[in-house]
Amino acid sequence: MKLEGQVRIPSGCAISAVISREGKRMTGEKIIESMIPMHDRSNGLGGGFAAYGIYPEYKDFYAFHIFYDNQSVREETERLLKDRFEVVMAEMIPIRKIPEITDVPLIWRYFVSPLASVLSRLQLDEKEYVARTVMQINTQLTGAFVFSSGKNMGAFKAVGYPEDVGRFYRLEEYEGYCWTAHGRYPTNTPGWWGGAHPFTLLDWSVVHNGEISSYDANRRYIEMFGYKCTLQTDTEVITYITDYLLRRQGLTLEEMAHVIAAPFWSTIAGKSPEEKEQLAFLRKAYGSLLITGPFSIVLGFNGGLMALNDRLKLRSMVVGEKDDKVYIASEEAAIRRMAPDAENIWAPMGGEPVIVKVKEGAY
Amino acid sequence: MTNINAADMDHRAINEAIRGTDSCRVTGCLGQRFIASGMKDKRIEITGTPGNALGAYLAGADITVAGNVQDAVGDTMNGGSITVSGSAGDALGYAMRGGRIFIRGSAGYRAGIHMKAYGDQQPVIIIGGRAGSFLGEYQAGGTIAVLGLHEDGHPLLGNFPCTGMHGGKLYLRGDVGNVAFPPNVTARPATQEDMAELLPHLQAWCDAFGVSMDRITDKPFTVVVPDSANPYKQMYVAN
Repeated sequence: MKLEGQVRIPSGCAISAVISREGKRMTGEKIIESMIPMHDRSNGLGGGFAAYGIYPEYKDFYAFHIFYDNQSVREETERLLKDRFEVVMAEMIPIRKIPEITDVPLIWRYFVSPLASVLSRLQLDEKEYVARTVMQINTQLTGAFVFSSGKNMGAFKAVGYPEDVGRFYRLEEYEGYCWTAHGRYPTNTPGWWGGAHPFTLLDWSVVHNGEISSYDANRRYIEMFGYKCTLQTDTEVITYITDYLLRRQGLTLEEMAHVIAAPFWSTIAGKSPEEKEQLAFLRKAYGSLLITGPFSIVLGFNGGLMALNDRLKLRSMVVGEKDDKVYIASEEAAIRRMAPDAENIWAPMGGEPVIVKVKEGAY
Repeated sequence: MTNINAADMDHRAINEAIRGTDSCRVTGCLGQRFIASGMKDKRIEITGTPGNALGAYLAGADITVAGNVQDAVGDTMNGGSITVSGSAGDALGYAMRGGRIFIRGSAGYRAGIHMKAYGDQQPVIIIGGRAGSFLGEYQAGGTIAVLGLHEDGHPLLGNFPCTGMHGGKLYLRGDVGNVAFPPNVTARPATQEDMAELLPHLQAWCDAFGVSMDRITDKPFTVVVPDSANPYKQMYVAN
């Protein structure tokens, strides 16, 4: 395979998202369609979706989606899961065999609940226990990759164009109140199933257009806290940074935005004294988690999402609204495909988070 | 005027259809890139949402768009005009070398980045609303004007306007007291000569969108120019 430098690979990628503030559930059809006008932003080496609210009948269980290279690693992984969790459901994820998607691994789904006895013995909270299990499977069991591990949500990804990946996973049969999507144009890392977006941990999911210049600095820092980057792609580290800052450090979404897309010191200098103090604190406390290089991301979580550009806004991102729905995409055309009469179309500034939450009790 | 329904066409098919006409209306665009790129001697009316790089390398054709446009409109444009009734995405008029871009609404980041001019190739961008950060970054020639007619309460400019500017002129309407310009440029009240240069373009902008000139001239203009012909000569080496 020729690498960037030996061959010119024009960078692209496409992201798209829709969320209902009322928690109304939608099938995956619209989000798949939104990727069609942005087809040329991808090159067929990765596509994927995250969907929230799709497993209401199992909403108290963690939904593990796992790729396996072979049956023996599946059996090994299932032994590990049974030792640690009550597994209430294990099944192959339904797919549609289509010529556009090839080299399909084994794709399984499990609904699990941590064993209370194990939790109390380890004195861990549930989410930490689940996150550690995901890291353990991904680093220690060769040929097994957990690519989704949240409650009442799921990621679906593959090597292919996103429109095809959506049909492959039969996403028209799922209903969620929030969907995110990604079309991949890998520039300097391999196009493989684990490397497709979204990247997830617990209910966090990240789709990303761009390239992280600070990847290795971020990776080295985050790996000190037990995260292991195993998926050969820069975006993975954003997911772990999210988990670290929001779940473990307890930052708000806005604070996280001010860490990863921190304003320049010259911009901070022009702020009010309180803002100045807070922004300077975040830059100093979490300097190693500043993400440099171009990015537009959509971070999904139970009950909402956050869209964010890098502080220089080196990637495009547009937001629009219609009724209870908010749309976000790399291009306005994608929003118009989902909602031809979308209103309030605007482009957030670099580093300006767009946070949308579903009203309480509706998800 | 020929009608071209772009709904199920890719950009190659659209451009082929446009090439076969002298003037046309392209309807139902949805994200197709490179529409009308490199074209001359035509009038093209567009509805829908044309994709990135609309009118790239434009060589004299006149494009009007009813609605918004996306990124890199008029990329490396040489001549002709692009008139947009809505707003524009990022990198509007990227490395533009001639012709005219009129935006009724606002523009995203990096409008006019690396715009240049030579002889009678004098590009002009007029933005009716506001402009994002890095307006006129590395501007080497030509004219950019930002009118501030937007009503969304945002400031006229984002951060870091005119970074690396070494030629051309930027006109800003209204108060620029809060704008932090880099040290290598001078911002001064527009003189009569400055305004005489801009007025024909402003008049054309007003005519294009049915805006009265009185609405534009009710506030003073500021002109930003580089400090000297070679403002960065000491930046890397003494030469």
